[in-house]
Amino acid sequence: MKLSEVLHIAWEGIMRNKLRALLTMLGVIIGVAAVIIMIAISAGTEATISDNIKSLGTNLLFVTQSMGSQQGPSRTTGTNGTFLTYDDAEAIETSISGISGVVVERDISEQVKYESTSVDSVSIIGTTPSYADVRDVTQGSGRFLTQKDIDNNAKVAVLGYSTAQTLFGEADPVGEKIYVGDVQVTVVGVMAKKGVVGTTNFDERIYIPLTLVFEKFTFSPFARVQGNQVGTILVQVTNLADMNMVITQIQILLAKRHETTVAALPFTVRTQEDIITTQESTTAAFRSLLAWVAAVSLVVGGIGIMNIMLVSVTERTREIGIRQATGATPGDIRGQFLTEALLLSLTGGLIGVIGGVGGAWLFYKIGEMRTVVVPNSIVLAFVSAAIVGIFFGFYPANKAAQLDPIEALRHE
Amino acid sequence: MSETPIIEIKQIIKVYKMGDVQVTALDGISLKVEPGEFLAIMGPSGSGKSTLMNILGCLDRPTSGTYLLAGEDVSRMSREQLAHIRNKKIGFIFQSYNLLAQATALQNVLMPIVYRRNGHISTKERLELAHHALVTVGLTDRDEHKPTEMSGGQQQRVAIARALINSPALILADEPTGNLDSHSGLEIMQILQSLHAQGRTIVMITHDAKNAAFAERTIQLKDGKIDEDNHHQHEAELVNTSAGGLP
Repeated sequence: MKLSEVLHIAWEGIMRNKLRALLTMLGVIIGVAAVIIMIAISAGTEATISDNIKSLGTNLLFVTQSMGSQQGPSRTTGTNGTFLTYDDAEAIETSISGISGVVVERDISEQVKYESTSVDSVSIIGTTPSYADVRDVTQGSGRFLTQKDIDNNAKVAVLGYSTAQTLFGEADPVGEKIYVGDVQVTVVGVMAKKGVVGTTNFDERIYIPLTLVFEKFTFSPFARVQGNQVGTILVQVTNLADMNMVITQIQILLAKRHETTVAALPFTVRTQEDIITTQESTTAAFRSLLAWVAAVSLVVGGIGIMNIMLVSVTERTREIGIRQATGATPGDIRGQFLTEALLLSLTGGLIGVIGGVGGAWLFYKIGEMRTVVVPNSIVLAFVSAAIVGIFFGFYPANKAAQLDPIEALRHE
Repeated sequence: MSETPIIEIKQIIKVYKMGDVQVTALDGISLKVEPGEFLAIMGPSGSGKSTLMNILGCLDRPTSGTYLLAGEDVSRMSREQLAHIRNKKIGFIFQSYNLLAQATALQNVLMPIVYRRNGHISTKERLELAHHALVTVGLTDRDEHKPTEMSGGQQQRVAIARALINSPALILADEPTGNLDSHSGLEIMQILQSLHAQGRTIVMITHDAKNAAFAERTIQLKDGKIDEDNHHQHEAELVNTSAGGLP
């Protein structure tokens, strides 16, 4: 029997009952479409994250307080304080070779107010002028912080894109005065739209001089002795090849400054790649969850196919008898019903792929969600649909093949 | 007797088990059918007609005994092999036509070719063969008609065309006129008659003596045994003459 004939007979079997065929395929259609949409959303999110992280440059080092060694600037800090200070940043800048920039961040959370509009818990970043270059944020209007602002503890602020929108709407905020907590500052600039990187929304921030944070928001009587605590020190390395050398130098320097060993250092020096790796392991977990959802829906779809195929075998017993009488072998009959199950699941898979790609596009158009249709997910969905068809089609097909021709011909 | 008989069965016994009870449907039947013979098998219900038909049609295997179909022993063949034999050597004509309802006349006639193992035939040739077979049984404009659009007599003709398409050694007709009115029934019998005249070997099961009269030989079955075996060449010729108007 030629393949084209087998396909033709199976296709006619399906087309005989179009609505039922469609309902049978529904499980597979939904399963396949869901797989493709979910993977597209997850891949889109992942792509956004990694694009943003990469746009920061891969030659950045992040020096932060280690998890678990976090200590606030309280009385327990004593003389050999174990928190990261502004002085550490200055020491790194002056004594480490192979670096092209150091940025210090100290973030706080404050209420921000302009006239009658106020926003609670805005992320306020106290930082230094080279921040814009190192973190790759672009100026929208006005200017960024200058060294003069830092030196003079100037009461100025640069707004993130969304914060400016929230407070001022379409009006130009440059030159206006806003309150950050109790401190009145003058807006000198607005940043261009940047978006979310990892878990950080750059657009919902406000930048003020680091020294202003120290003076007005994190004042500590011990600061004179220990230096002012900072959150993150970002170090830009000139050559990627020097990365590990610079990391080691920083660790030794910090160990010396904090009178401890490199092993016991309460600070972490991480690269962008470390952060990307962490991100990817998170999305990998998300993906494996999706894989389970997909597997379950495909199995449900497969059971639907098996159910309908069993009904179909019973309904078409007479036809099977006629085919057997005219020379169809058990193998021919098995092949016919297997092909039918396979066609059902593959057609369902095809509709599911179209629906999935369309759905991903809709999510992008209407949901404004970045989606990336992964070609492999289409292959995966298709292959799974085929396996489901063969696996769940086998039992009904075998049942049909084993029918006794005499009984089958007598069947009404 | 130089030619190999089409059917040669020896001491065929068929026993059915129904629960604890054993029913002997065929009790040692031996029979020879020569090429070109037209044989009618008659007998009351329960005499074993259908069982014999199923075994002759390679739809079933005897419990014991041998069955040579055109010289080939088919009594111990597997289901797979029997399917090949049915495809190659047997053309069935059923009482209830057994056409696929959703297929056209032409598609129905083509079915045995679809399951043919050897001898590739191009699609064009197939269609010509099928069309020709339909013309042979007197259906000229019904190629694309579905069974529901045809009369019983026309449907049975399609079934005969289907039985002929693979040029089988044996045509098995099981009550071919059972579902037809007397006029259509007569037409079908005349077609069988003309096939016989062309040298086809036909075995027909019937309970109708009028139909049996078309055959040249009649076997009476009773309790799974052959009760009578009559050759009636004369009658057949008589009917043959009266059926001369066949297209």
